[in-house]
Amino acid sequence: MHPAPSIIAFTTLSGLGFGLMVWLGIGMPGSTGIVAFVFFAIAYALAGGGLIASAFHLGHPERGLLAFTQWRSSWLSREAICAVATLAVMAAYAIGRVFLATDWVPLGWLGAALALGTVFTTSMIYAQMKTVPRWRSPLTPALFLCLSLGGGALLAGQVSWALILLPLAGILQLAWWWQGDRAFAASGTTMASATGLGGIGSVRAFEPPHTGPNYLLREMVHVVGRKHAVKLRAIAFVFGYVLPVALLLLPFAHVFGLLAVISHVAGILASRWLFFAEAEHVVGLYYGKR
Amino acid sequence: MTTLPDRTERKLGLVIDLDTCVGCHACVVSCKGWNTQNYGAPLSDQDPYGADPSGTFLNRVHSYEVQPEAGAAQLVHFPKSCLHCDNAPCVTVCPTGASYKRREDGIVLVNEDACIGCGLCAWACPYGAREMDMAAKVMKKCTLCVDRIYNDNLPEVDRVPACVRTCPSNARHFGDLSDPDSDVSQLVAARGGMDLMPEQGTAPVNKYLPPRPKDRLDQTGDIDVLAPFLAPVTDQPKGFLGWLDKALDRL
Ligand code: SF4
Ligand code: SF4
Ligand code: SF4
Repeated sequence: MHPAPSIIAFTTLSGLGFGLMVWLGIGMPGSTGIVAFVFFAIAYALAGGGLIASAFHLGHPERGLLAFTQWRSSWLSREAICAVATLAVMAAYAIGRVFLATDWVPLGWLGAALALGTVFTTSMIYAQMKTVPRWRSPLTPALFLCLSLGGGALLAGQVSWALILLPLAGILQLAWWWQGDRAFAASGTTMASATGLGGIGSVRAFEPPHTGPNYLLREMVHVVGRKHAVKLRAIAFVFGYVLPVALLLLPFAHVFGLLAVISHVAGILASRWLFFAEAEHVVGLYYGKR
Repeated sequence: MTTLPDRTERKLGLVIDLDTCVGCHACVVSCKGWNTQNYGAPLSDQDPYGADPSGTFLNRVHSYEVQPEAGAAQLVHFPKSCLHCDNAPCVTVCPTGASYKRREDGIVLVNEDACIGCGLCAWACPYGAREMDMAAKVMKKCTLCVDRIYNDNLPEVDRVPACVRTCPSNARHFGDLSDPDSDVSQLVAARGGMDLMPEQGTAPVNKYLPPRPKDRLDQTGDIDVLAPFLAPVTDQPKGFLGWLDKALDRL
């Protein structure tokens, strides 16, 4: 799949932002006043910034309101509803914490649940795709949720939680890569099943339908970036998980915390880039490609 | 609503004959023509006369080489357009309700006025049957020529999809696949019509007729009963060529 920068930025940043909102919603940290304002501002910048980045991906963002109508069947519609509901509920909750120094606990927990729901619905947009075997796994929502909570804990200064969740997310990441490398073969979709010609003999793409590129090849059959995959996986793992955990284990200093956040974000961006670049869509088989 | 109808009254679709398709791409051209001049946003081209041309098509013809265990390889031309799946994953993922499957005839369509151009439906289709139009920024797909098949302004003979009407080798057939007595259903039954990617669970309406077994001239020992009489009488050149041959040998 084509690794569109807008979607990579969206899933990474909004994942972190909504993760931070979960911790703020359950009162960890339960700061008030200006400190709370800074925390909420960071969460809104990340979550809202991600949402705006994703709107750039649309051909007709002006019709965006229609995307709230099909929650019965569409995970993208559910995500849109969850995201806006989270931002609205957390805004009301933030008013209490920032300006009135009061903690409306049920409202906070509702906002936290909605924030988790947003991350889950985002992950299900990918996990539902039978056409992309690497994504279609329960490990995809598990990884997204754990990363969001771990990264959120890091931003919220919940060091002990971050020290549990980030290593767990690292393990899920390794498991996701391991199963993803086997998923296409396990899906049973091959050139033989795609063309129905396997009964005659082995099928080879002889001539493509068009000599130039097209939307399908640009969007679904992205093969260029994959050759550096192993190096990028190492970078993603070291910066996203190992380094932040190591920095948190050092005696506490704000600069280490900041470095941990920067390293984590850089690592997750690399991991998200691979999430798309390495994902093989079955339509590639019609072109004899993966 | 992007939830699928629990059943459709008819299943209009295509039956594509991989045996008779000659790979001429006439259906590709007629599809592009009809669907650019009629319903919906025109199928645009980008840089059509430049170095890097590309464009939107609703129907494309691949060509495959199939190599059996023994004998010569076989070339199969393979037209591919939307299969109007019963269990269409492209419809359920759509967040806006732009994509829908019609209860009355099973045709899968896009309401271009509601499409936000998110592209998710194209991701969900395993067959590559949906293409985003780069000029209109909305999703385009085969409409089964819904503006021809019910069009009373056209002569009756033309009330079939443009690709079916144009195919010079009759490799594309149109009809109701829910009716076991229809011509297309009987063709599917007689020729062992098949689904593409059945393991994806899309339950396509369109069926493909596999190529018939080919003659195997390359595997028969005697090509012709007269062959022995046609064997060369001598391998040695005669006359001037024979002299030249000898003269060159002596050098
Ligand atoms: S072929 Fe693709 S676009 Fe057509 S109905 Fe099936 S899944 Fe949808
Ligand atoms: S591109 Fe259009 S038709 Fe396809 S899922 Fe998005 S809104 Fe629906
Ligand atoms: S039925 Fe119409 S829209 Fe579909 S492939 Fe044929 S000509 Fe194109």
